[in-house]
Parts: sequence; structure tokens; C-alpha cells
Amino acid sequence: MQGLADAGWLAGLRLSDLLFYAVALVAVTGALAVAFGRNIVYSAFGLLLALFGVAAIYVFISADLVAVVQLLVYIGGVLVLILFAIMLTSKIGDARRSNLTLALVPGGVIFLLLLGLTVFLSLTTPWGTVAGRGLPTLRDAALEPTSERIGDALLTDFLLPFEIASVVLLAALIGAVIIARKEMRLLTTGGGQGNRP
Amino acid sequence: MAFHFTVVLVLLLLACVVVYGGLVLQRLVAPRKKMTTKSTVYECGEMPIGGAWFNFNPRFYIVALVFVVFDVEIAFTFPIGVVYRRWVEGPDWVVAAVEVAVFILVLLIGLAYVWRKGDLEWIKRIWDDRDIQAGAHRRGLP
Repeated sequence: MQGLADAGWLAGLRLSDLLFYAVALVAVTGALAVAFGRNIVYSAFGLLLALFGVAAIYVFISADLVAVVQLLVYIGGVLVLILFAIMLTSKIGDARRSNLTLALVPGGVIFLLLLGLTVFLSLTTPWGTVAGRGLPTLRDAALEPTSERIGDALLTDFLLPFEIASVVLLAALIGAVIIARKEMRLLTTGGGQGNRP
Repeated sequence: MAFHFTVVLVLLLLACVVVYGGLVLQRLVAPRKKMTTKSTVYECGEMPIGGAWFNFNPRFYIVALVFVVFDVEIAFTFPIGVVYRRWVEGPDWVVAAVEVAVFILVLLIGLAYVWRKGDLEWIKRIWDDRDIQAGAHRRGLP
């Protein structure tokens, strides 16, 4: 803590910049691990790192609720689901097919399109910035709790979308369970392999 | 908010220090003798049977699926929970109460559905009638 305070006194801006780059490095490292992992299980754990880094970046742009939701839903839920899906797949430990061998051209096209979109958005978004520097920092972002404002918005302007979200969730739940049930039946009756109780 | 997330950051760093500090310390201090027993997976003193990467039972998947949906529900209702008291004490309390009630009720339908259909049952009848007719249970699958 003392070290942090000293560094803050030394150059307040630098510290939050440094933190941002550290967090971005975590996210990018995770993403690279997902893309280039030789083993899909390691790719899934790389996804954990990437999602976590993105959650931390949400904190930097003063989106606290989104950051926590990212942690709660993506890391706590979706990632666990992905891991389960991987562990359900038979002989996954033997799979040696990495992303490198798959669909280089369409992947490259999607990459370029997404890169263009990201650059466009990052250039046109009115970030909270320091004079002369384009980087959002902890110090300039409004950093106020957002959940109250979001709660009020959900009860006023976004009342209908909120209710529709519940119907969408219901449809997703029932649809996913029906599909999973079908596959489960295939696994328990058809495959008969690798079903430990 | 900055303070709260700084606390999170400090805790994260502390967690890293505890884990990696312990590993580095034992590397420096502990004697190193290699044995096959030592390099096996630690299973609380039990000898591990088979590899750790076996196929999970698919029932985990369905429960995780249901969990994700209600996880998202929590994410949606949390911001309302923050302002709920203010709304309920105010003039528009009906709006808040009814909206949250409808939201949760719609998802309860989903819960009732998976419950009724037996997807949440952990111990399933392993054989349904079709399998018994096909004689799968006598062949000893799975």
C-alpha cells in the first residue's frame, strides 16, 4: 500500500496508466492463449484470463456494474458452461487440432473487420481524457457507482426491454434444456462411453 | 467506486503473493527429491484412479445451463435491488413491485418447467422405457 501511495505521489497519472496496461496485457495474453492454445482445455482457461482482463478494463471506463456482471455471468457462468461442454466431449485430451489449422482466410477477414470497428469506435468515442493524451485513466473517468442509475433506468425508460429480457431468458432456458436433453439421451443411451456416475 | 476496486486489486495482489510467494519459498527452502509418488496428482492422500480428464456426466451441463439463466436474472435484478427501497417508499411503488414480480414470475415458469420435466433430478432413472425395450440395461451400458 505504501509503495502504491509513493508511486501515486511520484506520478499519479503514471500509476493508473501502468495498471491499465497491466490489465490490458492480461486480457491480450488470455486472448492469445485462447487463439493459439494447442489444447482446448488450456484455451478455455485462457478465456478465463481474457474475460477477467476485460472486466478490469470495464472498471477503467467507469462501468462498475458491467464489470461485476462480467465476472458474475461470463466467468462464473458461461465459462463454467464452456468447461463442462469441453469435459463432456469424449477424448478431448487427445484433440490436437488448434485454431491455427482452421479457416485462416475467413478468420482473417473477420479479424480485419473487427479491428476496423474497434479502431473506429475507439477514435470516435468521447473518452474522459487527459489533455493531449488519448488514454482513458482512472483519474479522469467519472468513477461513480452506476448501478443506481441503471436501476432507475430499468424502472422507467427501459421497463419494456427489461420485461422482454425475462421472456428471452425463459425461451433460452427452455430451448437450451430441450437441446441438452436430447444430447444427454444420445450420450447415455447411444455412446455409452465415458459416463462415470 | 475507485476505492472499492482498489481494494479488489490489493486483495488480488495479496492472493498472488500468498500463492506464488509460497511456491517460491518452498522452491528456495525445501529439499528436492524426485519420486514417482510425489509427481502423482494429489487427491487428499488417496491414490488417483485414471486421468483427471475424463468425460463429465452430462447432468452437470444441464444444471450449469439453468444456473447461467438465473445468474443473468440476478445481474438484471441487482440494479433494481439497489433502488428498490426508494421506489417502494415513493409514489410509484406499484411500478417497481409489479415489474420485478413479473420478471421473476416469468423466470419461475422456466424453473417450474425444468423441475416438472425432471431435468433437475440428480439421480435419474438411468433407463427409460425405450432402453429397457431395446435391452440396453442387460448389455450393461453405460
